[in-house]
Amino acid sequence: MTSELWTLATIVGMTAMTVLTRSFFFISKRPWKLPHWAERGLQYAPVAALAAVIAPEVLISNGHFIATWQDARLFAALAGIAWYRWKRSVLGTIVAGMAVYLPLHIGLGW
Amino acid sequence: MKDETSTSSGFHAPLWKHREFRAGLRDFGAVAPGLTAWGIMTGVAIVKSGMDTTAVLLMSTIVFAGSSQLAALPLIANGAPMWVVIATSFCVNLRFIVFSMHLRPYVMHHPLWRRLLNGYAMADLGYVLLVRRHPHVPTDAAGMAAVDAYWAGVGTAGWVSWTGATLIGVALGNNVPLAWGLGFAGILSLIGVTVSLISTRLRIVSAAVATGAAIVAFALPFKLNILVAIVAAVATCLVLEKSRDAPDRASPA
Repeated sequence: MTSELWTLATIVGMTAMTVLTRSFFFISKRPWKLPHWAERGLQYAPVAALAAVIAPEVLISNGHFIATWQDARLFAALAGIAWYRWKRSVLGTIVAGMAVYLPLHIGLGW
Repeated sequence: MKDETSTSSGFHAPLWKHREFRAGLRDFGAVAPGLTAWGIMTGVAIVKSGMDTTAVLLMSTIVFAGSSQLAALPLIANGAPMWVVIATSFCVNLRFIVFSMHLRPYVMHHPLWRRLLNGYAMADLGYVLLVRRHPHVPTDAAGMAAVDAYWAGVGTAGWVSWTGATLIGVALGNNVPLAWGLGFAGILSLIGVTVSLISTRLRIVSAAVATGAAIVAFALPFKLNILVAIVAAVATCLVLEKSRDAPDRASPA
């Protein structure tokens, strides 16, 4: 029973961390402005953050950089990029990527 | 260029009636199918971790941070002390602090509770979509109302789709064939959004540097490789920007 309550308290604490980190610079009302260079630099942050989340999911296998090109994720990612550049649709990117991924992954075991 | 406190009051029409609210729902909706697959996988992992039903449901509904949820599961299952789990959540979430620095001028006209709620609702994709649609902080009340409504739209869509998908995963449990790798659909949706952001050469550089850095620094704990990658990419772009002395303008996608 106590361990159960501890788990619930831990989950509430994790939620507090979600709020704290996402609101980190919203908390203090004291006015300040980012230096101009930092403000300019932040425009490169979103694309970097996404690329950093994606890269290991495509290029890392069992904790190491992939050693073979026979990996369904590589071809699916390329198909997804090509589709988005062609049609500019995220939904189409998912469908096209999975249409490449599933046959290679389930069919060929890549 | 902008004054953080200039816009306030005056716009009290419900957020969800603003057309930007629907735009937020629509933009997030385009990405949602991929995230849904990811959320289902997270739900499966949560239910398999062996926590009791109350903990499973609480974890699935309130935490709203996929990587922090996944990082905590093995720790909780092994009986790690509470502070270790919470500190891990903080570290895995460090990138959000960078996002909050970027978003600060968009939100400071609100009272604290609203700023915290807005922060809670803003995961990776919400942030990316918001600064893609509103690359510059509005200087007038109407523009700020549009940002507020869009923020509420992507935040609502994000929370509902992530939580809903996680609960579906919890309900399906072992009936989801993990070997199919359906979670890869989530990565594909992020790939689509990333390509949509690449509007200048320096943003290609940013994506390339971040990709390399995230791989090289992959062995770091707490997903710190993501933070390292963001810092490396931003620094590289600033240096290149300066060296060619031609500012790279943000363009709305």
